[in-house]
Amino acid sequence: MNGVAATRSSAGRRAGRGFALRWPRLAIYALLFLFTIFYLLPVYVVVADSFKTLREVNTTSIWQPPAGLDFGAWASALTPPLVGSGGIGPGLVNSVIMTVPAVVISSIWGSINGYLLSKWRFRGADLVFAFLLFGMFIPYQAILIPLVQFLEKLHLYGTLAGLALTHIIYGIPITTLIFRNYYSAIPTELVEAANVDGAGVIGAYLRVILPLSVPGFVVVGIWQFTNIWNEFLFGVTLTNDPSVQPVTVSLQNLAGSFAALYNVQMAGAIITAIPTLLAFIFLGRYFIRGLLAGSLKG
Amino acid sequence: MRGRLLTILLLGPAILASLVFVYLFIVWTLYASLTGWNSIRPLNGILPDFPLVGLANYQALFATQRFWPNDIFNTAVFTVTFIVLSVAIGLLLAILLDQHIRGETLFRNVFLLPMALSFVVTGTIWAWIFNPNTGINQLLDPLGINAARDWLLSLAPLKPLWDVLDFLRIDLLRPGLTTDSRSALGAVVVAATWQMSGFVMAMFLAGLRGISEELREAARVDGASERQIYLHVLIPQLRPVLVSVVVILGYISLKIFDLVFVMTRGGPGTATDFPSIYLFVSAFQSQLWGQAAAIAIVMLVLSAIVVIPYMWSQLRTETQA
Repeated sequence: MNGVAATRSSAGRRAGRGFALRWPRLAIYALLFLFTIFYLLPVYVVVADSFKTLREVNTTSIWQPPAGLDFGAWASALTPPLVGSGGIGPGLVNSVIMTVPAVVISSIWGSINGYLLSKWRFRGADLVFAFLLFGMFIPYQAILIPLVQFLEKLHLYGTLAGLALTHIIYGIPITTLIFRNYYSAIPTELVEAANVDGAGVIGAYLRVILPLSVPGFVVVGIWQFTNIWNEFLFGVTLTNDPSVQPVTVSLQNLAGSFAALYNVQMAGAIITAIPTLLAFIFLGRYFIRGLLAGSLKG
Repeated sequence: MRGRLLTILLLGPAILASLVFVYLFIVWTLYASLTGWNSIRPLNGILPDFPLVGLANYQALFATQRFWPNDIFNTAVFTVTFIVLSVAIGLLLAILLDQHIRGETLFRNVFLLPMALSFVVTGTIWAWIFNPNTGINQLLDPLGINAARDWLLSLAPLKPLWDVLDFLRIDLLRPGLTTDSRSALGAVVVAATWQMSGFVMAMFLAGLRGISEELREAARVDGASERQIYLHVLIPQLRPVLVSVVVILGYISLKIFDLVFVMTRGGPGTATDFPSIYLFVSAFQSQLWGQAAAIAIVMLVLSAIVVIPYMWSQLRTETQA
């Protein structure tokens, strides 16, 4: 058997260029470049137009490059010159205040759940896992109305704390799922050995699991950060005042206050996107891992 | 023994939170959808203290043009076109990138970049691209495409095609784009596809890379051409990935809200209205909470049809493994 497999693979290698389709290489690259244009055209638009002046907005289409690097639109998007017209500056601050604790808490919580469900397999552990996972598959509209009522009763409606709490709770399924899969790859013997030494559930977690968890935390952290930062439905329904709205809602409002000024809207869009884009650019590997893990089959 | 008790104790908060915030909240919504709670009066207790009205909210909903057939029609058209386009582009890109491409990482990152953005950002940008006065029309005009488009639209033999696309609201040859009810839904589909097709590519690429080299080589040795290997060996192997992709995209499209809200607000008229938008307006602008709850339950049922069989099979294979 082994011999046959070996002959086959060496035959494959001798055949040359791996498994390339017999399409002309040029056609493959041409197609890839075409799609690159499709994906990058909106990126070009948003970057180029954010540097345009008011005058250029009136005289050029969105496709023309800006005359120079003018940051006026960026400033207007952050803090508009007119009082009461709303910029995304406060939203940006709100998003940071709300997102950071939500990401930290939900990552730690997911890590503990994932650890317990994969390393302390009691009877019904799979059932508990399925029970926790279900929340990932519902449209949030199905829980939105009681959520509003509930947060109102707790005086958390219209607060950043209420929004953070919401993201933490609805983050349980995905964070638990990713950590459970991640910990499945760590040998259970390590936990058992620590247990023989009298470490217990918490001791084994702190001494054995946590030190091995850094990549897991990076994946989950980026996933949660991207999702919470980019989220809109909870943001627009659980807050009623610009002073507590997250940046996605501020950006949406910006389109209302600067209806015709596409330079300001584009600048606002870039500023909103920068934090998650930076995460994608510098930690892309982990970003993709989270993306694939989020689709269950990891 | 102490370990087990502690385990369950430590899982308690997550179980409790899910019980309340997911399961009980769904039951709560279901109950609210059966009440005549259509006023701004705040609730006295924790349940909607309004008289039960049976299925009246559902009957009213399905008697409203805006919801039935309009919103359900839009959801169906959007879901199908979005999934077909995203899967086609995602699969094509995955196969192209599987050809020992120079700069594969760069291409992959470009295609995945939109995944890092909020649908609100995507909507803001694409709203301008599909703005008939400043957007794509101006880009293509110098290329003579606007004239070509008018000519295509005027061709008699193609008229049935345009009629179908008009009816489906995805006829992007209409120069009005987001302002024309014959094309507005198509604009939203393109923006959504731009955002999600990179994800589909990543899924398929991971699937292709997961297929053992020996399988490909065995087919090669048996004299299959590369095209045949893809068609008859590799693509069939991607079936589980395809199922995951379709379910995930379906789940996204059945609840789509932010992208539409930002791009068109459901307009022109109700041409791009979706259940999520109608729910938002019913609850948070018109205070028709009972009706909003009924819409929520319809949305839940639609997602459940897609997701529950999938979740079931996933969990079964997982516990068997």
